[in-house]
Amino acid sequence: MPVVTVRRLWKEFGTQVVLENLNLTVDEHEFVTIVGASGCGKTTFLRMLLGVEKITRGELLIDGQPIASEPGPDRGIVFQRYSLFPHLTVLQNLMLGLEFRDARVLGRLFGTARRRALDKAQSLLDAIGLSAARHKYPTQLSGGMQQRLSIAQSVIREPKILLLDEPFGALDPGLRADMHEIILKLWSANRMTVFMVSHDLQESFRLGTRLWVFDKLRHDQQAPDAYGATVTYDIPLNGRRQAAMPAPAVLATA
Amino acid sequence: MPRLVNLQPNRGGTLTLGVLPFLLLLAAYLLGSNARLTDNADDKLLPSMTTLVTTVHQYAFEEDRRSGEVLLWVDTLASLKRIGLALGISAGIGMLCGLMLGAIPYVRALLAPFIAAVAMIPPLAILPILFIVLGLGEVAKVTLIVIGVAPILIRDLALRAAELPAEQLIKAQTLGASSWLLSTRVILPQLWPRLIDALRLNLGCAWLFLIAAEAIASTEGLGYRIFLVRRYLAMDVILPYVVWITLLAFSMDWLLRAIRARFFPWAEVT
Ligand SMILES: Nc1ncnc2c1ncn2[C@@H]1O[C@H](COP(=O)(O)OP(=O)(O)OP(=O)(O)O)[C@@H](O)[C@H]1O
Ligand SMILES: [Mg+2]
Repeated sequence: MPVVTVRRLWKEFGTQVVLENLNLTVDEHEFVTIVGASGCGKTTFLRMLLGVEKITRGELLIDGQPIASEPGPDRGIVFQRYSLFPHLTVLQNLMLGLEFRDARVLGRLFGTARRRALDKAQSLLDAIGLSAARHKYPTQLSGGMQQRLSIAQSVIREPKILLLDEPFGALDPGLRADMHEIILKLWSANRMTVFMVSHDLQESFRLGTRLWVFDKLRHDQQAPDAYGATVTYDIPLNGRRQAAMPAPAVLATA
Repeated sequence: MPRLVNLQPNRGGTLTLGVLPFLLLLAAYLLGSNARLTDNADDKLLPSMTTLVTTVHQYAFEEDRRSGEVLLWVDTLASLKRIGLALGISAGIGMLCGLMLGAIPYVRALLAPFIAAVAMIPPLAILPILFIVLGLGEVAKVTLIVIGVAPILIRDLALRAAELPAEQLIKAQTLGASSWLLSTRVILPQLWPRLIDALRLNLGCAWLFLIAAEAIASTEGLGYRIFLVRRYLAMDVILPYVVWITLLAFSMDWLLRAIRARFFPWAEVT
């Protein structure tokens, strides 16, 4: 069964049609990269997958079920910024997801449970190269370090779906290459399905197993809001990588 | 010559400049006092240094003849107890209500307009009501300060909670946070530094209410003493008491700032 099913999906803000008639299915462990003009509704689409934006018409299903109306641990998100917790150190930021899962009352782990969580956080820290900075606060990190941490933080709960909204938009090209390695490593270790919005075509081709182009099929000069964007191109990519996916189990220790 | 806005004093310079206004004030006082006393040896308005020192010694180190107590310490202890208790209660109420108002839309809808209205009541205007209802004891005085300070804290903390980026709250939910965990582990910890800032800004108000309450109904306390000796034009008592109150308020402010820097280093601007 596909992980995500989109059927005749429409999104409107008042009289403005943002997305029209999307019909898509996405299987487990696909890496969908999304490109499109600014303001065409990419973020809006991710927000609907997240459950923070209402659907106007149509269906958006996860595992055949209508999407929950609020965010949950099955769908992780990395925003362009502001998604770290400034009052927690790097390590505490990473541990938070595990503490939320296993300590529903206190939100803090103790004893062996804490040690297990620490081990898991530590292996992720190594994977993203932030071990040395683990006691720093987010404001003391560079932009690239913050985004690496934000990705790892979302991955630690092993979400079925990971949403990335221009996660590397603010980073310089050299850093981006490192980030690509990290995201591919985490993606293949985890069998998650990734949706990533990007403004960088090269990046989108390189990372994705599938590329979507959001664009308007129809234009009305008199009423620019009358028609919305839809997926005009749906291009399969990197066929070889898609086939063979089992990889080092960075996250095998739960 | 660099621009004035780019000229930075060095450390010694900063210290000297900081002390200068205090010294100037002191010098002006001494000159004025001297001039008035040479004019009229019985002048009470600006007592001489010797008079001040004698009085301070009498209040701070000698037992009062009538009560057998050292007045300054009795007054200080009484006042600090009242203001400490009141600020503690205000902080507790402020945190709890601010958090709930900021985090839970239903609570905000229920309480925000009410608290906004209560915050507009001039606390001194209801002081008589407090004395009538709660009696002339400690409860009324503490309540006055709480009524004056808590609504401001609540509103400030609720604002701060609402200011947290939506991204953060969404992210926490994708990590599996319940409303409870979201409040206790994400929102609440980020309110602490703001609570301290708000307390610091409200110290002046708190002291104002304390002294007003003590002036009207009390048997000890810094405010009580000042208003008691006013009848005898005892400037030699009033002036040191005012300096002492200022010093206490200043120390509380400094202490709060130190606590903030020590326990919430992540909130310090770098
Ligand atoms: N809450 C909202 N209320 C009204 N209109 C909105 C709202 N959110 C988004 N829109 C509109 O929906 C359209 C799509 O916005 P969206 O943020 O999804 O664009 P985007 O493709 O992510 O653009 P960018 O690449 O610049 O981030 C925009 O025209 C925007 O004005
Ligand atoms: Mg966007």
